[in-house]
Parts: sequence; C-alpha cells; structure tokens
Amino acid sequence: MATVRSGGPTGATAAPEIDGVALLARVAEARCRLSFADLFGHFGPRIKGFMMRSGASEDLAEEVVQETMVTVWTKAHLFDPAKAGASTWIFTIARNKRIDLIRRRNRPEPDPNDPMFVPDPPESGIETVTRKQDERRIRQAISELPPEQAQIVMLSFFEELPHSAIAERLDLPLGTVKSRLRLAFRKVRDSVGEDS
Amino acid sequence: MSIRHHPAETTLIAYAAGHLDEALSAIVASHLAVCPRCRGRSRLADGIGGELLDSAEPATLRDDALDAVLARIAGAGPETAEPAPRAGRHGVAAPLGQLLPERLSDIRWRTVGPGIRQARLGETGRDPEGLKLLKIAPGRSVPRHTHRGHEMTLIVSGSYTDELGRFQAGDIADLDGEVDHQPVSDTGEDCICIIATDAPLRFEGWVPRLMQPFVRI
Ligand SMILES: [Zn+2]
Ligand SMILES: [Zn+2]
Repeated sequence: MATVRSGGPTGATAAPEIDGVALLARVAEARCRLSFADLFGHFGPRIKGFMMRSGASEDLAEEVVQETMVTVWTKAHLFDPAKAGASTWIFTIARNKRIDLIRRRNRPEPDPNDPMFVPDPPESGIETVTRKQDERRIRQAISELPPEQAQIVMLSFFEELPHSAIAERLDLPLGTVKSRLRLAFRKVRDSVGEDS
Repeated sequence: MSIRHHPAETTLIAYAAGHLDEALSAIVASHLAVCPRCRGRSRLADGIGGELLDSAEPATLRDDALDAVLARIAGAGPETAEPAPRAGRHGVAAPLGQLLPERLSDIRWRTVGPGIRQARLGETGRDPEGLKLLKIAPGRSVPRHTHRGHEMTLIVSGSYTDELGRFQAGDIADLDGEVDHQPVSDTGEDCICIIATDAPLRFEGWVPRLMQPFVRI
C-alpha cells in the first residue's frame, strides 16, 4: 500500500525546474533531439517511479516509459500549452499507455470532432496565460493539504482501486473517503481560481 | 439540452487517474463531450496527476533506456494520421452515441420485468462489459435496489424520478453502494437510459432477487 511521504507529496524530491513547455516546442518545431533528451532525463525516471509506486513491475514501468516518450516525440506538435502544462500532458499519455499495456482496453475519451461536442466557452483574458502557472498553483495547493486529504488524493491516483476498496482498506466509511477527496479537490479548484 | 445532474467530482478524479473501468469511462467521456464545466474539472484532475508525476520519486532507468527510445524515434516524424471521427447519435455524444443503432426502433429489447426492457448496446460492434440499455415504460419502476459497486446512468430520452431527484435526457445519475433507490419513469413516454455498472446491483425483497439472474442489470 502506498504511504504518504513525510513532508507531503512534493516534499524532498520537488522537481528541479525544467521548462517542459519550451522543450516540447523545440521538439515539435525543430525535431530537436537534445531537447527531447532533456525531457527524457526529467520525465523518464519520474514516470518509472510513478508506475512502480502504482504497483507496476519494473519491466512494465520501463515499457510505459518507452511508449510514453515515443509518443511525446511523435505527438509533440499536438501539445497545446493553453490546455495543459507539460507534466499534465505527459501524465495523461503515461496513464493511457499503462491502461493499454495492462488491460488491453480502451479508455474512452470525448472526441472534439464529434458533431455533438460542445466547445469551451471563449476564455476571459486572464485565462489565456499558459497552464504553467496553474501547475505551480496545483502543486502549492497539494502541498498544503491536511495529511488525511493528501493521503486519499495519493491513493486515488496510485492505487488501481475503486474508492470503495480504498475505504475498506483504510477502514473508513466510503462517504468519508469521498468527502476528503472532494475537500481536497475544492482546494485545488480554488487555487486556480475556478469558480462554480 | 440543459444538464442538471453531473458526474461526481470523485468520479472525474477516478477517470483522470485511469481507474474507472471501460463502461463507466464511456459514460464519463460521453458527458465530457457535451459539458465544458465538467471538462474543465477533468482537466484539473489531470493536473493533479501531472503534479504527482512531477513530484514522483525518480526511479533509475536501465542504462540503455534513452538509446532504445532514440532508436525507435529515428526517422519517426510527427504523427499526422487523423483518427476516424466518431459521431454521437440520438442526442448522445460519442463514445456511447456511436454504439446506438441508427434508429432507436431498431433496438432489440428483451422484457426483464413488468414494464422494464433491456438491450445490449452496440449489436454489431463491441459491447463493453457492464454497459446496458434499459427502457422503463411510463409509470413503471425498476425494483428498489442498492449497488455493490459504482453505477452510472445516462438518460437518453424520457425521464425518471427517484429518491435523488428527477433525471431527464442528458442527465447523469452517479451512484455508489450507499444509495438505495427506486427509479420511476415519470412521463407519458418510455424512459430510455444507458447504465454502466462495475458490479451487479443488489435488489431488496425476494421477488427481484429471484429475477436477478435473468435481469443482469
Ligand atoms: Zn457536467
Ligand atoms: Zn441503481
């Protein structure tokens, strides 16, 4: 079972700053292998660490790293810094590769080309900055969560279990697990100024 | 279409974490296609994943890991192939809408109880385990039940009322094991919905329990 590291999720191993957005742009525009190697150097070991903490074997974790980084190379031009930060984008790729490799199943996603798709309302000027700022705020909000909320957030991502199984394991009512998660999410939403 | 009932935030987090099974994910994805509000929250939940990735304890990679990737990307240009567009149907966005037949009247229903009929989703294509179509005749109800697991319902047409409120076309009912309910179709038209579960329902009373092996909802 995953445990919460002392010092909170962002504790001692806070990532050294790299400019993932700029590196991805150089990969997309110039097919720059040096930038790609920098991305690999930062994210490769973290993807592996994340996967192993989620219960993946070392072989599977390495495979997810490979598949994810190949996709980063081939899809860098599809990365949109107005929609997601670099870590978030790479997380979503790694998550989907893992589902693909373990379950050989789909993770259905909304398709923007679906005629029924309802586009986002036009953004106000404040929101047109890149999501890098959001990533910093999310990091800050997570690092400030009370331990019992941080624990549920971590378990929700690291344990491949429904919330009911997390509740059973912690010997808590399901309602408590969900309300802690909702409180944590509320703080993250507040931190990026998302209303409603 | 104004949506009054949305997936729970905890469900959006489980979807972001990649821990919802395929049937439940299909309901969430079909909702996200038509709901910018939940899509914003879903992006935020992805952002939590991104932060947990960025702050993950780095694990040493095998010595040849970078070389192996560099070898694989050698000559690989940007991926340009557009995925085939997937279209929704009958007011239901893809990926669920694309599983519905061209005409709702083509659905082959099976009676599973008084006024309740059920059908498979996607007669020709894949039918993700745990996804079913349900049709409740006007005034009829699904027997009272709780859930062993997670149940999500997308209302396609008509409406029903239960202990949690009134659910109309486009609404999502997102229920866990702690809810006990009895949906009643509350208009003059059939209520058609798509139901995803990750575990069988738990009916109250002996008659519905006897019915369960046949119903499988
Ligand atoms: Zn919504
Ligand atoms: Zn139910």
